[in-house]
Amino acid sequence: MSIDYNQKIPNNVNLSENKTLQRALEHWQPEFINWWKDMGPDDSQNFDVYLRTAVSVDPGGWAHFDYVKMPDYRWGIFLNPAEAERKVNFGAHKGEAAWQEVPGEYRSNLRRLIVTQGDTEPASVEQQRHLGLTCPSLYDMRNLFQVNVEEGRHLWAMVYLLHAYFGRDGREEAEALLERRSGDADNPRILGAFNESTPDWLSFFMFTYFTDRDGKYQLCSLAESGFDPLARTCKFMLTEEAHHMFVGESGVGRVIQRTCEVMNQLKTDDVAKIRAQGVIDLPTIQRYLNFHFSVTMDLFGADVSSNAATFYNTGLKGRYEETKQDDDHQLSDASYPVLEVGDGKLLTVQAPYLNALNERLRDDYVRDAVAGIERWNKVIQKAGIPFILSAPHKAFNRKIGPLSAAKISPAGKVLSEAEWTHHHLQWLPSIEDRAFVSSLMGRVAEPGKYANWIAPPARGINNQPIDFEYVRFN
Amino acid sequence: MTYPDAPRQTITYDTHPERYKHWRLNCDGAVATLHLDIDEDGGIKPGYKLKLNSYDLGVDIELYDALQRIRFEHPEVRSVVVTSAKDRIFCSGANIFMLGVSTHAWKVNFCKFTNETRNGIEDSSRHSGLKFIAACNGTTAGGGYELALACDEIILIDDRSSAVSLPEVPLLGVLPGTGGLTRVTDKRHVRRDHADMFCTLTEGVRAQRAKEWRLIDDYAKPQQFAEKVQQRAAQLAALSDRPADAKGVALPALKRMIDEAGYHYETVDVIIDRKTRRATLTVAAPSAAVADSIDGIVAAGSSWWPLLMARELDDAILMLRTNDLEIGTWVIKTSGNAQHVLDADAALAKHAQHWFVREVTGMLRRTLARLDVTSRTLIALVERDTCFVGTLAELLLAADRGYMLSLPDDEQAEAKITLSEMNFGSYPMVNGQYRIAARFYGEEAPIAAAKAAIGKPQGAAAMLELGLVTATPDDLDWEDEIRLVLEERASLSPDALTAMEANLRFGPGETMETRVFGRLSAWQNWIFIRPNAVGEAGALKVFGSGNKAKFNWERV
Repeated sequence: MSIDYNQKIPNNVNLSENKTLQRALEHWQPEFINWWKDMGPDDSQNFDVYLRTAVSVDPGGWAHFDYVKMPDYRWGIFLNPAEAERKVNFGAHKGEAAWQEVPGEYRSNLRRLIVTQGDTEPASVEQQRHLGLTCPSLYDMRNLFQVNVEEGRHLWAMVYLLHAYFGRDGREEAEALLERRSGDADNPRILGAFNESTPDWLSFFMFTYFTDRDGKYQLCSLAESGFDPLARTCKFMLTEEAHHMFVGESGVGRVIQRTCEVMNQLKTDDVAKIRAQGVIDLPTIQRYLNFHFSVTMDLFGADVSSNAATFYNTGLKGRYEETKQDDDHQLSDASYPVLEVGDGKLLTVQAPYLNALNERLRDDYVRDAVAGIERWNKVIQKAGIPFILSAPHKAFNRKIGPLSAAKISPAGKVLSEAEWTHHHLQWLPSIEDRAFVSSLMGRVAEPGKYANWIAPPARGINNQPIDFEYVRFN
Repeated sequence: MTYPDAPRQTITYDTHPERYKHWRLNCDGAVATLHLDIDEDGGIKPGYKLKLNSYDLGVDIELYDALQRIRFEHPEVRSVVVTSAKDRIFCSGANIFMLGVSTHAWKVNFCKFTNETRNGIEDSSRHSGLKFIAACNGTTAGGGYELALACDEIILIDDRSSAVSLPEVPLLGVLPGTGGLTRVTDKRHVRRDHADMFCTLTEGVRAQRAKEWRLIDDYAKPQQFAEKVQQRAAQLAALSDRPADAKGVALPALKRMIDEAGYHYETVDVIIDRKTRRATLTVAAPSAAVADSIDGIVAAGSSWWPLLMARELDDAILMLRTNDLEIGTWVIKTSGNAQHVLDADAALAKHAQHWFVREVTGMLRRTLARLDVTSRTLIALVERDTCFVGTLAELLLAADRGYMLSLPDDEQAEAKITLSEMNFGSYPMVNGQYRIAARFYGEEAPIAAAKAAIGKPQGAAAMLELGLVTATPDDLDWEDEIRLVLEERASLSPDALTAMEANLRFGPGETMETRVFGRLSAWQNWIFIRPNAVGEAGALKVFGSGNKAKFNWERV
């Protein structure tokens, strides 16, 4: 078989010379396409979508725009250029040359990290596959598909590592990534949050803002890895992840903007009246925010974790911006504050830093996530409405770790079971809330038209106008 | 242990009857006599005196050599008398001061080798018609009695003072670990309460009661002792089928070269990579067709490939085990013409009844069994131009894992594995099962499938299907896959690996030997690291100082 690999699969990993990789991909690529057709965006295979495709890692090359049918999208394999004489920058191997091959000793842990990260990518495509049917505009539909194809490319990036560095085990794991199904009770995706459905567009925007941001922080930590190919792969993925978070932040912002417009027209904050106008009231947005924020908190893992300590100490996964941290990068005697419940309240206790690295990453994340919430508040402020959105306490509504045993309010107060039962519908979306949001969803697919519940964007994609035909139906 | 500043002190197993310090071998027609006469100052390491006919590794190396001489150089010998040249003492066992100053690893390795040598005595009795009589002409204590236990019969002198004893527990706080506890029960069927009393009695048991309790077969007054022994030796000799008129095959010193890279022999090469803690053992097929007529085989003698290869492999195993403790992974390879190996197997099968061929098969059997109980990870690699066929396929089957290179685009170039009759019963492991049967837990279907493949070259896919290899990476995956396997293995705890491998290599079905290597050795090795034995006031440490051992009384 003679395939022009560089044409079919844009890459900077010398694919046309690498027989091991070619052989693996020859088998995997058709299975990926089958998966995309089965589990990718519903009823959209024949659309021409205005998408960006990464064709090289040069500044001009990673954002090449054109119409493309999604199954023909050129999912590529890109690593950031190698850094000369890069070292392992933390843990027990600090100062040694970064590994260009998988150290046998760490094979299974590295594989587990890559598989766990890789599993989230197709999972989110599966979670979002029906959203195209209810898109609020062609612009948003295109953004959804852009996120989807790039999650697909991130899957390719992880599969590349499995194929190139983990032999037969890696190929089997790569196939398993296409076999698990989000939300399938018998064959679920690895992480809980990726088995939740993304039933409506508000959830989608919240997901891309909060949950994709977890992805960013995980990728940032893996971009510090002593295993150089993983580090370089993740660095390049981060350039794409930024767009996903933009979709989330601007999406929620536009929903808020539209709601504020209606509130000002009606001069009311009466939820029933606002809903009657077909827009989403701010308290409901706050409840969605609480839900997605808390689900994402759990993705960082247990507050005190021996795995986190092992991954760090063995040089596999660093901290966010590891090399900018002003310490010994070994952390063997250091401590870090974590939360526990005692005497009916949340207490801060010191844990060994190595074991608390999940908590450290969670804290880094929270700082970043809160900043975007402040930008949403600016939209509300500008409209002159006295309402403030806020992030819940990081201990709120946790399902894993020791905090999952307690009931904690968004303000961080430890509650009795009765108090929680009494109040939780004020804090988390109810079935009625979800039904209401769902009732607003309906496809708007005419260029320049936007659904009533969301404001148009300030500007289009790639300097195109907002009434550009971002998706062509055929 | 390596000493960066000092040259490596390499222990070898080379010796010759002319150089023995501790034994004398006399062959007189059908009866050979091994006299133990230990040179107090002839320890293999400094720091102790070998008093009272007590032994160390050097003494046992000579015993092993003497047994080999009897097997190969003296086919006319049918029974062997093991006795002492010292007055009133047969043997007092392993030297306690030696044990006291030895590292844990040294003790364990020493015990393993002495166990193997005693198993070898029984192996020759079982398979080769060589019968052994322990003529205990004086105190027979500890390891001395264990040596006697390995013989077919034990005759004790009845001089009112000599006794057999296993005083390890009361005197030293350790076990009679060279098969003593096991042979008292499994071989001699001493009732367990008698065994319990015997094993806690420092002074041991004298002739009459020893016989009543089955600890010995017979006893004789000093005046009649020699005659009784000779009489019994002659009777046992009469039962043997060893040839009276055959000419022996001399065992010249192995042509071995030791250098920085490893150990190099004619048919075996050992390359040691100290950085990755890995040795690569390559066994070469005969370079030309082997002799296949009896005359030709006997004329070839020690250079007949099956014997030469077995001796060299045996020596390589012992060298690595003794001198290269940190080399935790042995990668096993083969090279050369597979047909020559299969022809050698055919000759082994055809002439199985001939005394020399029988001894060669025995040597191969014991050497492979030595590999099975070696506490190193064994990984067999079947690459291009290898010859894991017939007898050499046993190396693959002995390994913890076997990887075979598959070449989907060029199956012709794939190495082929051909089984022979020799793979189905000639080389039982110490559990009494041959490796293919043990591999499949005696299940009929897979064993029959393997048997049906005798004589038919099998490629990688077929070997995987037969369940005889672990995995068959192709040429694209091979290098990285093997590197990862070896690196991953080398990162694991050496203690856990030793224990895990020993557990997995020997599945269901115990024999006396597996109980010696498993139950007895494992408990002994546990005791050997406990403070009650080796702590500052441990029994082994304070022995001979007049001080009483201080025990932590907790039962664990």
